[in-house]
Amino acid sequence: MCHFNHALEILNLCREHNLSLPEVVLRSEACETGRSREEIWSLLENNFKVMEESIMKGLAPDIKSVGGLIGGNAYKLKTYAQNDTLSGSRVLKAASYALAVSEVNAAMGKIVAAPTAGSSGIVPGVIISIKEEKGLEVADAINGLLVAAAVGKIIAVNATLSGAEGGCQAEVGAAAAMAAAAAVFMSGGSDEMCFEAASMALKGLLGLVCDPVAGLVEVPCSKRNALAAAMALTAADMALAGIKSFIPFDEVVEAMYRVGRQMSPDLRETARGGCAATPTALAFARRLLEQDNNL
Amino acid sequence: MIVTSVSIFDIIGPVMVGPSSSHTAGAAKIGSVARRVCKGKIVEVDFYLHGSFAQTYKGHGTAKALLGGILGMSPCDERIRDSYKIAAEQGIRFSFHQVDLGDVHPNTVKIVMRDDRGEKHELIGSSVGGGKILITNIDGMEMEFTAEYPTIINKHLDKPGTVAKVSSILARYDINIAFLKVFRQSRGSLASMVIETDNKVTPEILEEIQAIPTIKQIMFIDANGI
Ligand code: SF4
Repeated sequence: MCHFNHALEILNLCREHNLSLPEVVLRSEACETGRSREEIWSLLENNFKVMEESIMKGLAPDIKSVGGLIGGNAYKLKTYAQNDTLSGSRVLKAASYALAVSEVNAAMGKIVAAPTAGSSGIVPGVIISIKEEKGLEVADAINGLLVAAAVGKIIAVNATLSGAEGGCQAEVGAAAAMAAAAAVFMSGGSDEMCFEAASMALKGLLGLVCDPVAGLVEVPCSKRNALAAAMALTAADMALAGIKSFIPFDEVVEAMYRVGRQMSPDLRETARGGCAATPTALAFARRLLEQDNNL
Repeated sequence: MIVTSVSIFDIIGPVMVGPSSSHTAGAAKIGSVARRVCKGKIVEVDFYLHGSFAQTYKGHGTAKALLGGILGMSPCDERIRDSYKIAAEQGIRFSFHQVDLGDVHPNTVKIVMRDDRGEKHELIGSSVGGGKILITNIDGMEMEFTAEYPTIINKHLDKPGTVAKVSSILARYDINIAFLKVFRQSRGSLASMVIETDNKVTPEILEEIQAIPTIKQIMFIDANGI
């Protein structure tokens, strides 16, 4: 009874059965996988713990990625965020946490793909910073994860979550939509507002290309995670302020898929376009290849 | 629209070692399957990397993940980062080579291993995206399996009745077959049979299958921990 593939469907289920968004997601997962609610909840708790640990590790000043392009940026931003900043401490906390996870990922540390490894900083960055800032419980964060999962699932079923197929809008864009919806839920917004925020975040990143320098998941991926976390928070605030997306979420997802299809393969993970095709990137890729050959 | 049923743990998960599900998680899985092909302890291993695996395999951690898999590490094992060192400590000799394996998936590797019994084994596998893999060749026999299920692989004489005999043994032990595929070189010669099951397969079942006269060789790849 709790099966959903579209935002419209899940919103109807919530209304008809008078259930919360995370509750519908839990029931549908139990239904489709045969797992018990307890098992699903404890798996989520486990993933949440891995997310927290990856943030802790990534905030260290001396972390270095395997390709050598990033590391230590999460620490820099977290330290700077104590000053009188432009974007405010909450936004910068989320952004620094997102950087932390993506730096751990690039250093071959343990992360939770959310929805992918390249975009793994955004959802934990937003959810865990909100939990801390608002003094919420782990259970509230898990509910946030369930809402994020619903958004991600709708995108997976109706479009794609792979940069090779849909460009970075399908990875970082999807993660921003997931995080924005979770942020609204954790702030007490309505179910509809969750999807308004997801729509606005995904529209904001529509058309984003996948252009990893030298094919590594480092540049521009890591900083994109930080910026998408900031965007997710702004989209959530816009929804909470009562701003509505003119295009409903399900249609934004379709649009994202179509844009992905129209993208040249050069802009879909092949490292042949965008940032990856700049002189600086090409020079670095050449050096890396020489290093590899000398291994 | 291709996907019909997606678990929330495909969205918030898997837990894995970075940086890339296809270049790291998938590579570790291929290594894990290769390890299971050797009956003895692996003492020497050569990796022949093709296509995008051959490019920047160092920066992606592909090499470390492949070796980590050979050492028995799962895709979320943080020791993958130190797999060179751990392999060296265990006295395992390893090397990486860039090759062109022809018309195969861009993320493909051929692994050649020797174990302490002096046996040599080969495996070809591809990382096909999202951490999923496809094994396409073991010891020169063409095949296809994902290692998501417990998998039985037979080399057998291509004679009528062999497949039926194997499936009747499995039925007797209540083993449900998820997928069964037969690959042969040419009619009447040697063929390989790949059976992916829904249940655990015990050694006694494997012994019984091996006792079928037309079965020349049997291998079992446990999906656990891959
Ligand atoms: S640029 Fe490509 S590899 Fe990097 S996060 Fe975006 S989709 Fe993933």
